[in-house]
Amino acid sequence: MATINLLVNGRVIAAESGSSVAAAMLSSGITTFRTSVSGEPRAPLCGMGICFECRVTIEGQDHARSCQITVQDGMVITT
Amino acid sequence: MIGGGATAAGMGHLAVMDDSDPQFALTSYSQALWSELAPQLPPDAEYLPCGSLWLAADDEEMAEVYRKFAFYQERNIAVEVLDAKQLAEAEPNLRRGLAGALRMPSDSVIYAPCAARWLLEGIPVFLGHQVSEFTDEGVEFANGHRFAAGSVILATGTAITRALPWVPVQPRKGHLLITDRYPGFLHHQLIELGYLKSAHSVANDSVAFNAQPRATGQILIGSSRQFGTEDSTVEQDILSRMLARAIEYMPGLPTLSAIRAWTGFRAATPDKLPLIGLCPGHSNVYLATGHEGLGISTSLATGRLIADHILGRLSAIPREPYLPGRSFDGHD
Repeated sequence: MATINLLVNGRVIAAESGSSVAAAMLSSGITTFRTSVSGEPRAPLCGMGICFECRVTIEGQDHARSCQITVQDGMVITT
Repeated sequence: MIGGGATAAGMGHLAVMDDSDPQFALTSYSQALWSELAPQLPPDAEYLPCGSLWLAADDEEMAEVYRKFAFYQERNIAVEVLDAKQLAEAEPNLRRGLAGALRMPSDSVIYAPCAARWLLEGIPVFLGHQVSEFTDEGVEFANGHRFAAGSVILATGTAITRALPWVPVQPRKGHLLITDRYPGFLHHQLIELGYLKSAHSVANDSVAFNAQPRATGQILIGSSRQFGTEDSTVEQDILSRMLARAIEYMPGLPTLSAIRAWTGFRAATPDKLPLIGLCPGHSNVYLATGHEGLGISTSLATGRLIADHILGRLSAIPREPYLPGRSFDGHD
């Protein structure tokens, strides 16, 4: 598998092409994807686009479900 | 449940309106009362002094902006005209090519059910009792219990006709949709000037663009108006038309996630003014209904006018235009 780079919160992480953004982030050790309204850390739960726990900002798009989006080289992600 | 009807279903705007002099008097008086109250409101009332923008799509609607501007300026209401460039700067997510807007900086939005609950704090409230009869001496509950009262105020929205079939209030259904949290997407309450055509239209179904930023960062999107139905089901065709209209104004809306859509029923009257004051044929029974889309806006003034009547005080504005016994001749 080819390796590509993502920019997550300003930090470059390596990801395997073809993986989901959620998988790539978890593989690099990121465990907080967003913070709930009441201030709790949140991370992927269902991995199939239903629970909405894995939402991050991808290329400026808020509330994007990271488990449903495939990584692209140079993708900018904010948790 | 407190505020469980149209109070919870509506958008919760606190707006000044100029359809008629009595409507202006009531909305501007009530908005001043809300402004006085604002510093005391609890956080869950989500008071947001965002101001409104009445959007003009073309020169014809821009002429209406200038007419409204003159109306409000004459009456000492803060108001401002935005040209196309200023409008694009104020709301970058609006489509380009709009002619301009009228900015009403003193308009605001509120989460009405929590505000209603707060207003009733410390007042004994008996929930879950159906009233089977009311007289000038008080009310009787369906379980036979009598409740003596110096005054009876019927503030039941569209349900008023179940008790008093002659009251000229009709349910006017509306749809709303709310998005996830996108802070900064929208700054003002936005209303297309065509909204007035929709609100006044006698056609059965109409939609108009109306969007609000909420204190949570969510966007509340309306609006639709339908007579002749009491079915609260969300109607996909009406919702689609409403959203298509919204997308014409804000092309970026389809990239946002919607969380929920729902409906509610406005209490509409033939002359677009509420029914506030003594119920004809009674000396201690008052009506407070028929506010259509302005119930939250004009709630505080409504309460004040009825309190003034009960206490024999003069009111800050004339009470006659809203009296339930007025003539509705000449209105459909």
